[in-house]
Amino acid sequence: MKIPLSWINDYVKIDDIPIDALRQRLDLAGLEVGGIEIIGHTGAELPWDPEKITTAEVLSVRPHPNADRLVLAEVDYGGPEREIAVTGAPSLFARSGETGLHLKVAFAWEGATLYDGHAEGWTQRKLKATKVRGVLSRAMVCSEKELGLAEEQTDIIYLPADTPVGVPLVDVLGDYVLDFDIKGPFGHLQSVFGIAREIAALYDRPLRRAPLEAMGRLGLRAVAQPDFLELVIADPDLCPRYTATMIRGVEIAPSPLWMQMRLRRAGMRPINNIVDITNYVMLELGEPLHAFDYADLNARPDGDQPAIIVRRAAEGEPMTTLDGVPRAFDGEMLLITDGAGPVAVAGVMGGLDSEVADTTRDVLLEAASFNFINTRRTSQTLKLFTESASRFGKRVDSELAAVAAARAAELMADLAGGVIDPVMGDLYPGKPEPRALHFDPALADRLLGVQIPREEQRRILTALEFELAEGADETWAARVPTYRLDVERPVDLVEEIARVWGYDHFPHTLIDEALPPLRRNLSLEEEARVRDLLVGLGLDEVITYSLIDPADEPRLLCRPEDGATSGDAELPGEPVTLLNSLAPERSHMRRTLLPGLLRTAASNLRFLERVAIFEVGHVFYRAAPPDPESGETGVAEPRRVGALITGPREGRWWQAADRAPLDYFDLKGVAEGLLEHLALTDRADWRRGAHPAFHPGRCAEIVVGERVLGVLGEVHPLVREAFALPEQPVVALEWDLDALLDAARAADAEKEVGMISTYPPVYEDLALIVDEATPAIDVQRAIVQAGHPLVTRALLFDVYRGPQVGAGQKSLAFALTYQSPGKALSEKDVEKLRGRVIKKVEKALGAKLRGG
Amino acid sequence: MSLFDDLEQVYQTAQAALEATESVAALESWHADYLGRKGAVTLQTRSVGQLPKEDRPAFGQRVNAIKQALEAAHEARARVHKRAALAATLAAGAVDVTLPGRPVAPGHLHLTTQSLRQLYAIFAQMGFEVYEAPDVELEAYNFDLLNIPAYHPARDMWDTFWVDPSSPSTSEGIEGGDEARLLLRTHTSPGQVRVMRERYPEPIRVILPGKCYRYEQITARSEHQFYQVEGLAVGRDITMTDLIGTIKQFARLFYGPENDVRVRSSYFPFTEPSIEVDTNCTLCGGKGCRICKYTGWIEIAGAGMVHPVVLDNGGYNPAEWSGFAFGFGVERPSLTKYNVADIRYFYGNDLRFLRQF
Ligand SMILES: [Zn+2]
Repeated sequence: MKIPLSWINDYVKIDDIPIDALRQRLDLAGLEVGGIEIIGHTGAELPWDPEKITTAEVLSVRPHPNADRLVLAEVDYGGPEREIAVTGAPSLFARSGETGLHLKVAFAWEGATLYDGHAEGWTQRKLKATKVRGVLSRAMVCSEKELGLAEEQTDIIYLPADTPVGVPLVDVLGDYVLDFDIKGPFGHLQSVFGIAREIAALYDRPLRRAPLEAMGRLGLRAVAQPDFLELVIADPDLCPRYTATMIRGVEIAPSPLWMQMRLRRAGMRPINNIVDITNYVMLELGEPLHAFDYADLNARPDGDQPAIIVRRAAEGEPMTTLDGVPRAFDGEMLLITDGAGPVAVAGVMGGLDSEVADTTRDVLLEAASFNFINTRRTSQTLKLFTESASRFGKRVDSELAAVAAARAAELMADLAGGVIDPVMGDLYPGKPEPRALHFDPALADRLLGVQIPREEQRRILTALEFELAEGADETWAARVPTYRLDVERPVDLVEEIARVWGYDHFPHTLIDEALPPLRRNLSLEEEARVRDLLVGLGLDEVITYSLIDPADEPRLLCRPEDGATSGDAELPGEPVTLLNSLAPERSHMRRTLLPGLLRTAASNLRFLERVAIFEVGHVFYRAAPPDPESGETGVAEPRRVGALITGPREGRWWQAADRAPLDYFDLKGVAEGLLEHLALTDRADWRRGAHPAFHPGRCAEIVVGERVLGVLGEVHPLVREAFALPEQPVVALEWDLDALLDAARAADAEKEVGMISTYPPVYEDLALIVDEATPAIDVQRAIVQAGHPLVTRALLFDVYRGPQVGAGQKSLAFALTYQSPGKALSEKDVEKLRGRVIKKVEKALGAKLRGG
Repeated sequence: MSLFDDLEQVYQTAQAALEATESVAALESWHADYLGRKGAVTLQTRSVGQLPKEDRPAFGQRVNAIKQALEAAHEARARVHKRAALAATLAAGAVDVTLPGRPVAPGHLHLTTQSLRQLYAIFAQMGFEVYEAPDVELEAYNFDLLNIPAYHPARDMWDTFWVDPSSPSTSEGIEGGDEARLLLRTHTSPGQVRVMRERYPEPIRVILPGKCYRYEQITARSEHQFYQVEGLAVGRDITMTDLIGTIKQFARLFYGPENDVRVRSSYFPFTEPSIEVDTNCTLCGGKGCRICKYTGWIEIAGAGMVHPVVLDNGGYNPAEWSGFAFGFGVERPSLTKYNVADIRYFYGNDLRFLRQF
């Protein structure tokens, strides 16, 4: 909301306050100024030099002796002599030959910086003395464009007749336009007067209320049924008040410069005097007004006066709004109708057929009050966002309707030559009861933690127009001003007191109470540990969008044609999808982390050759209907950990580097590192997995106890292709983080740490031949079991297939460590141990000692 | 010429020859030449028989002294040669120390994770524990219970993603009535009511971190997904000055001890009174710039005293309890601190960006 300071100054004198100090005070009091546009003053894009750009008066105009299109204006600039300015301004050219003029204008001397009126856009130039066709020109009469006040170069600017001559122009037209950024539904702050009223309270200055008092000045009388109109409010629940004021015989013309300038500075486009006045009063007082062309309202069938009937629309009832769009309304939308049909959508926008036009003579002025929730619903449903709907949607005081109507009527009489009917139609079925709050000033002490003296509290509330009466026990009865529709509870008064007193006066304290029982958030700590471990294992953490493309799920499952279904074992429950999404690719809450990782890898591979990433986060699926009673959303949000690696194993270097692509075993190594840190190495079972997103022969399922942690494998070539990844191995895992952490907690609880032997270990290699189908892990575990506790390590270091071991067989070579906790092992001990191991593994797995 | 003179002659020759050795090999042959079994000095001892008896002990002593002196000189000379040889080896083994080291690929925590951890740590010092609430929320918790009824103008402050109540893939569907509308939380505040309902009648001091979602066009300045950390304290006697003090304390720990804060009145439907807290603009040092809208201050938190309606909805009687709440954006401080031009860098996950932190 843009408001020129000069306008506020009409109601409360503040032009003595430095602009920065004013802004600071307003900001602190909750009237946030988002920005300030400076016009003419220091700091403006074009500051008007007070010495060189002044007001002046054109006294006569005569033809230029040597140019057909130029004239010479004789100007009184307040100096001892007159100055002759050469100009081609159309309005002065038209007056060529006239004398005895008193035209107040903006005048610039040589050396002044102005915008070039004839250039496209904004080009500043310095005014120089030149001879124009033989006549010396040292000064000029300025246009709005040259002063930076309008984008189009039109005519020169004319100042009001009472403007003094020879004063700096900045004192007359300079301004600061404050752009207020007021949060919250505060109808009473949506106007110049409303802001002025706040400033008056903040600075304890008098407020000029003249704009509110037009009713009395005009001697207007309000009646329920005026003779120019039949008034009916059929749905008083949505329309607590409707006023209709008649202004006859108006002359449609442009509004005066000062009004146009204020409207423009407030961000509105001037149209004509009647429309401008409705907008002006809306900005001034915050009451949206609507002007009907009385001639367009349908007379009743029997020739009676027209009627205004405020009612809900019939389901599907049509009307074309002012913007030329034909619309149909639902049964909850409120219409203004004239008996023949709708003429306006109440509080939102008028109809095209009853709009004020150049031919309008008699104006019927509507000032009403509408249910704010309903107005907002209508505006949102129709997607019709107007100044009027926005203001009504923030709650407008119903008392303001007649006040604003009178103010606008007064301006229409003054500026458009209208004659006001002394009787105003005013139906007010929803007149609110006066509201008073029982307020105990001790509440302010209790909530604020600072003692604001009672007198100060009283002064603040009174300045904000709350009427205080003494109640029992030093409490007050606070009568709430009608326009303070936001004030409902005593605590609302505490806020008023605090913000006007000023938060900059508040001391800083810390909570002076016993700490509540603290709980350790173990799951968060454990999650942090997993992140740290994965970072330590060389992965970069990513946080991807929870909202993904629903088509990524079937892509992941290699069935893009059929789509993913809830029957897919890999994707639990029902997906959470959106009613309104920004884009199809962000319309679905992820049920798996894999698409996010694959997309992240694909986008990074455009710039990097190697990607090693992980994500820890929630996935989402609907598991049950929501139950508002218990607060259950019915959406499961389990935590997952996912990881992905792809690219060369080592970066290029000036010595030989391992440039082979990262493969299944690289990520498995990372996973094993993680499991080792979580004491799960011996508990985790690696089994052949079958997940459609992975290479069928390079996918493992990891199980701890009864719980499946998840999968790890090389991404299926079709999936790789579907996610636009290059042709190189991409290896990924996705595990259930809660299952992992539960297992880790159990393992930690049961962990037994044995003695560390100081006796010398014996190292020896053992190669065993087994069936191709025998998993290596089984052989390794059989060795360790057979040699327990003396075989402390069995490290697989070679896998061999070939003629030496025969078809369908493989040789697995292990590096064994024998060590006793109690003695140095003798040759004999070792021999015995070896024999036992070989025998047992032979028995369990049919393994044979290679070369044995 | 006496035998003594001969001896001294040999000694001098030996010394000169030692001085002249230039390599370890030359040194060894010098040793053989003078001190070996057939060396010149060794041979001198054989001439002792030619001397008068009374001179023999003196001669013998002198020979031994010369031997010892030469052995010592030899050792010293050997050390010099070894040093020289070592120095030559080392010189030959020099590398260009500016050559790059063997590449290891260290991992990085996401910037947001780092920021969250800082916030957790600071608030833990002040006795605030972490409480987590769901991302997909009931409308009631996100709005109504926070004093934001349907169509209320306050709802304009949050553009919302609504969850489709129908279920796309099965006929039964998972629908609730209008009462049970689901949405993606637009702020972390719904956790306030959840934690209050869970903890009543204990006093509360928690922070509520999490991902939030807004139906906003994605631009350099706004994202549809972001993180917030909300704080909530409920007790018998909690005040606005406590709130201001707590945020001030936080700001000093987070932004540095020289940091100042400024408190402005503001509006949130779930707090009353409501405030916003600013801190000095670090980009311009308070002089005013585009980022701080030429005020010298940057907003860091929205806050206020918990609205009586919200306390009530959480089960705490506002006549007996009071509380404060505050909310921080998690990305914003990093954006300002590192002058990051585009908020989309956070969840776009360009590793070239993330690896800088
Ligand atoms: Zn700044």
